[in-house]
Amino acid sequence: MIYILCLIFFMVGLYGVLVKKNIIKIVLGLIIMEYAVNLFLIMLGYREGGVAPIISEGDSITEFIKHSVDPLPQALVLTSIVIGLGVIALMVAICIRLYEKYGTFDITEMRRLKG
Amino acid sequence: MEIIFVLLLLMIIGSIVALETKDLLAAVISVGAVGLILSVTFLFLAAPDIAIVQIVVEVLVLVILIRATISRDTTAVSGDREFFGMAVSIVLLVVIVIFGIRVFSDIPQFGKPIIALFRDAPSNTYISRGLKDTGAANIVTSVILDYRAYDTLGEATVLFTAILGALAILRSKARKKLKGK
Repeated sequence: MIYILCLIFFMVGLYGVLVKKNIIKIVLGLIIMEYAVNLFLIMLGYREGGVAPIISEGDSITEFIKHSVDPLPQALVLTSIVIGLGVIALMVAICIRLYEKYGTFDITEMRRLKG
Repeated sequence: MEIIFVLLLLMIIGSIVALETKDLLAAVISVGAVGLILSVTFLFLAAPDIAIVQIVVEVLVLVILIRATISRDTTAVSGDREFFGMAVSIVLLVVIVIFGIRVFSDIPQFGKPIIALFRDAPSNTYISRGLKDTGAANIVTSVILDYRAYDTLGEATVLFTAILGALAILRSKARKKLKGK
């Protein structure tokens, strides 16, 4: 059930990408999609009543193994978030150049982008 | 787990507001709010490292996007694309959601991850031997910096390339041609 809510969150972003005319809105839609995917991956590793995968002093290892959440999705999502930042910076740079060239953010008025 | 439901609903509402509002600056700030709620959600999902990184990245994204939108023509590129395409895309979205519900009934339930179902999943090795192998009390750190260090190297490469691309696009003048050619 909670996964379906996450899917709807993704679909809101996809709706923005497909329907909106303003190029900044399209970038925002992509950011929302990225958030949804990251959240879904972290949710896959969650365990009922789980603790963060950090061993503190005095914990017994066997108890920790039973209660820790999955560390692997967390490590890879950490990578993915930082890469997302670089990609967003690239997209915004392209948007600024398009604005300088055409004087608008409206993608229907950018003739060269029509396919 | 009700708190995660509430936070997810807030995020959905925030993103709809971000996409539907007329003012670009308000839209950007709404996305910032969604990112901060996402960070709180990560805290509730027992992922403090991700929450910290999410806050930092969110602030940077906000700065970049405001740099793009402020002092520009924020007046109203209103309206959507043509009606036919919009109708088709909404129908497609609904179809994808219906198929997605079927797919999500097949994966393990929320709260019962793969590591609880299979004893020999790789994450179990990381959890049980991480402290002894790498000496890091934080297992996430031991995964990104030791077990999967090549992934982190690849991440640094991709980030460097993206920033290089952004700088190359934003450079205002092309370099002068060499003389005598």
